[in-house]
Amino acid sequence: MEKTSEDRLRDQRDYVLRTVEERGVRLIRLWFTDVLGRHKSVAISPAELETVLEEGLQFDGSAIDGFSRIQESDVLARPDAATFELLPWADPDEPSGTIFCDITNLDGTPFAGDPRQVLRRNVERARAAGFEMFCAPEVEFFYFADSDTTSAPVPLDQASYFDLTTADVASDLRKQTLHMLEALSIPVEYSFHEDSPSQHEIDLQYTDALAMADSIMTLRLAVKKIAMDRGVYATFMPKPLNGVQGSGMHTHLSLFRDGANAFHDPDAEDGLSQTARAFIAGLLHHAREITAVTNQLVNSYKRINEGYEAPRYVSWARNNRSALVRVPIPKPGKVDSTRIEYRAVDPACNPYLAFSVLLAAGLHGVEEDLELGPEARVNLYDLSRVEQRDLGVDGLPANLSEALDEMEESTLVRDALGDHIFEWFLRNKRAEWSEYQRQVTPFELETYLPNW
Amino acid sequence: MSWNVRADWRGGDPAHTMDPLLVFPDPPPPELAQCLDLDGWAWKSVADPDAAMSEEPDEGWAGAIVVADTDPEGAFALCRRLRKVEMPLTPLLLLVGGGQLADLELRDDLFDDFCLTPVRPAELQARIEHLFYRTGRGTRPELVEYGPLALNPETYQAAVDGEPLDLTYMEYELLKFLAAHPGKVFTRETLLSRVWGYDYYGGARTVDVHIRRLRAKLGEEHAGLIHTVRSVGYRFGQSRWGVQASGPAR
Repeated sequence: MEKTSEDRLRDQRDYVLRTVEERGVRLIRLWFTDVLGRHKSVAISPAELETVLEEGLQFDGSAIDGFSRIQESDVLARPDAATFELLPWADPDEPSGTIFCDITNLDGTPFAGDPRQVLRRNVERARAAGFEMFCAPEVEFFYFADSDTTSAPVPLDQASYFDLTTADVASDLRKQTLHMLEALSIPVEYSFHEDSPSQHEIDLQYTDALAMADSIMTLRLAVKKIAMDRGVYATFMPKPLNGVQGSGMHTHLSLFRDGANAFHDPDAEDGLSQTARAFIAGLLHHAREITAVTNQLVNSYKRINEGYEAPRYVSWARNNRSALVRVPIPKPGKVDSTRIEYRAVDPACNPYLAFSVLLAAGLHGVEEDLELGPEARVNLYDLSRVEQRDLGVDGLPANLSEALDEMEESTLVRDALGDHIFEWFLRNKRAEWSEYQRQVTPFELETYLPNW
Repeated sequence: MSWNVRADWRGGDPAHTMDPLLVFPDPPPPELAQCLDLDGWAWKSVADPDAAMSEEPDEGWAGAIVVADTDPEGAFALCRRLRKVEMPLTPLLLLVGGGQLADLELRDDLFDDFCLTPVRPAELQARIEHLFYRTGRGTRPELVEYGPLALNPETYQAAVDGEPLDLTYMEYELLKFLAAHPGKVFTRETLLSRVWGYDYYGGARTVDVHIRRLRAKLGEEHAGLIHTVRSVGYRFGQSRWGVQASGPAR
């Protein structure tokens, strides 16, 4: 017997209610995300759960970044019952559940300031065109001794890429984190020690864009929480240390249509379909406009400008890690894993908004059937600016201000985010930039004070 | 009294077993018995209202099929006993001869649907299915068990070796479906349509994602309960034919 979507919704709610009852859950955390991508939580008791599942939880959103509006500020948090999980780190005597929420207006329409609703809308658009986007991010982060900001952060180790260090607190932490993530329905593909001291990477297994954005929110919380329990500090700040590479969130993307990988074409010499080529072309075409969203902090650009694994130039290549879009070669017989990797994103982004603009930019390329330029076969870092220009290679914005200028001109980003978030984001980020511009940095003190 | 037990899972919701249907008279017309057996229904025939009470299973009758064309008096008496009570038995399918249609007048409360004799097996089957759908009866959830795994569809809880599993709704639904059909190989497409239903857009990849999550939650020791059958799909538990047709679970 086919289930209707109403049956399905009722079943999901029953599932949550019964599980809460059977497992003696004492607290249910309603999770959502502000415009800047910070995790928000409201806890309710099991007694309130049934009503909240049916009607949502009304609250005043005016104190939440990007939620405030001029007239009225009350909104509803509507739990997405499909996302219900028991929190694996809760005290066994006090089981807790978590559930992601969509934010709506009181009349039930999607609230324009809710990033999750923005991604939902973009995913729906892609579905209308017959596509489902799958994402698999590689999340990098650092462990530090503490979060003291008066001096440079202290790494826990001096190990490097793939190093296996015995009695390493950090690998212990990472192992514990992996177990926690698996318990939270977030399968991990790989995890290892990255290049920089105390830098780690967790590669998540692909899933659809909305579930992945939820997973990234959960991952950031889990990584920080487990570190904190062990008396250390985990950070997703893109570039916390001078002179070593920062933390990125290279994101693998693929489109599926009718259950088949739309990026794969068995007849193409390189296995890449025209859809894939046009999607990449769309990403490159809009890359400068979407960078403010994929790299939203002043600090994000310190990572991009440092180079290493971070792309500085708008280009694509099969196996050239300086490119913005890399096309990994799938293993023989694994055509379903045909995908592209967008390398600018950093882990301090709002994943809902970042996936929204990536999807919108790529889809625009597909809709317009944009022509993909030639692959970058040389290391672009080695070229002079003139040579780059001759190759038609643009740089990514050099700082947040430039990125915001590009974004402000972009109808694509405005469309993808909606007016409310688009304008709020620009205002908020302009203020951040202007504040930063007035700061005297350690660099200036060290360089100028002795000499002038 | 005839007695027949359903041999296997079948029909709409696979995680549900059924109590027997009450069938009147005893013995029932051979073509009806054959038809019920072929379709895999459990049934028990009774000769009169008293037998219907004394033979009633602990969990109650799943429903009733009353043949009225040979003994209309006895048939309607039985219907009254089953229906004119505080908790009327439902669904009740009445089988009547073409000349008896007038007998149905003013007796609407005694049955849920009727069917003309001689019965066409396909019609009978369709009517029983539809009655159960409408009345929501006959689908009493029971424990689904396989090796160390136990699922209770009534409480939505699953456990391995007695330890509760923390699952999301879709993980639970997928596991329930698989565990209810041990040894059977399902393609990703079948799992998508049977477990996710029509309102789901994502492709077959979604199935792989959830299988991967389920295996992680089952833990290393039990992840092998779900086998990957190369270039086909997935199978829960051992193959029906006792042959290891596929490689190790991945």
